[in-house]
Amino acid sequence: MNQLEIMVNGEPRRVPAPATAADLLRYLGLDPRTVVLELNRKIVRRPQLNATALADGDAVELVHFVGGG
Amino acid sequence: MTTVQTEPATDSPLTIGGRAFRSRLMVGTGKYRNNSDMVLAIEASGAEIVTVAVRRVDLDRTKDQGILYHLSPDQYFLLANTAGCYTADEAVRYARLAREAGFNEFVKLEVIGDRETLLPDTEGLLTAAHQLVAEGFKVLAYTNDDLVTALRLEEAGCAAVMPLASPIGSGLGLLNPYGIRTIKRRLSVPVIVDAGVGTASDACLTMEQGVDGILMNTALAEARDPVAMATAMRLAVEAGRQAFLAGRMPRREVAMPSTPNAGMLE
Repeated sequence: MNQLEIMVNGEPRRVPAPATAADLLRYLGLDPRTVVLELNRKIVRRPQLNATALADGDAVELVHFVGGG
Repeated sequence: MTTVQTEPATDSPLTIGGRAFRSRLMVGTGKYRNNSDMVLAIEASGAEIVTVAVRRVDLDRTKDQGILYHLSPDQYFLLANTAGCYTADEAVRYARLAREAGFNEFVKLEVIGDRETLLPDTEGLLTAAHQLVAEGFKVLAYTNDDLVTALRLEEAGCAAVMPLASPIGSGLGLLNPYGIRTIKRRLSVPVIVDAGVGTASDACLTMEQGVDGILMNTALAEARDPVAMATAMRLAVEAGRQAFLAGRMPRREVAMPSTPNAGMLE
């Protein structure tokens, strides 16, 4: 099966190809409402997650709110 | 010399970026020993504005729920910060992520210039402030006690300016009352003192300078009893505010009897 090699939060990861940003969240067990996804330094807004295809070498950041001052 | 100002006896609500808030005490959510301490302390503080940070999701700990699991955005006004950012670009990136993750266009802008003191990089701060204001953010800018930087931040369009009492997490209290008072006197936007307050007397003294509010985190999180300290801080902020509004008596270098001399026996 085809796989994509991408970076997620600074770590290399393989995901089955083809994959969208929404697929990635599903693989990782993350609720799209609780995280923000940045693809190659551009924010992918929630309504666009399904339509955003991932490609080899993409850098994804997944962030959320934590405690801070 | 302190000038005594006459202020109306009744207070108006604190308004930042067109939004009114009931409490003049704002609190952070970092460094608590556990989440239940944090939730109870925040409740006891009476704070409405609560700061949070943007960080990577921990992909190996799937039970990590993030702060929103503990704090309801319906109950609190969540103010995202750009803590840990050392350049304007980095701070702008974090602010954009925060706006996407969050519920409002407010951001507490921090651009740090020195790892030991965590003092702000004022040049980066101004660059980021201009950029974020242009993108429609309501910027609350963490800065030092320098009047000129505060004035420039106001000119840049910041919704509030947040000078420090002393370095972040130091608990050294209000080191430069004159500087803070001057910033408050010269700016039109709200002045919220952020960082350095260690205990209730620090908070009271800070509010007595006439500033619009205080943001604190470590003073609560590292207190032996965060809930009790949060209560103390709530009262201290209210007391300091009331004292400021009441207008203190003048300072004198000589004593003045409180009891009349008239009627003394021969």
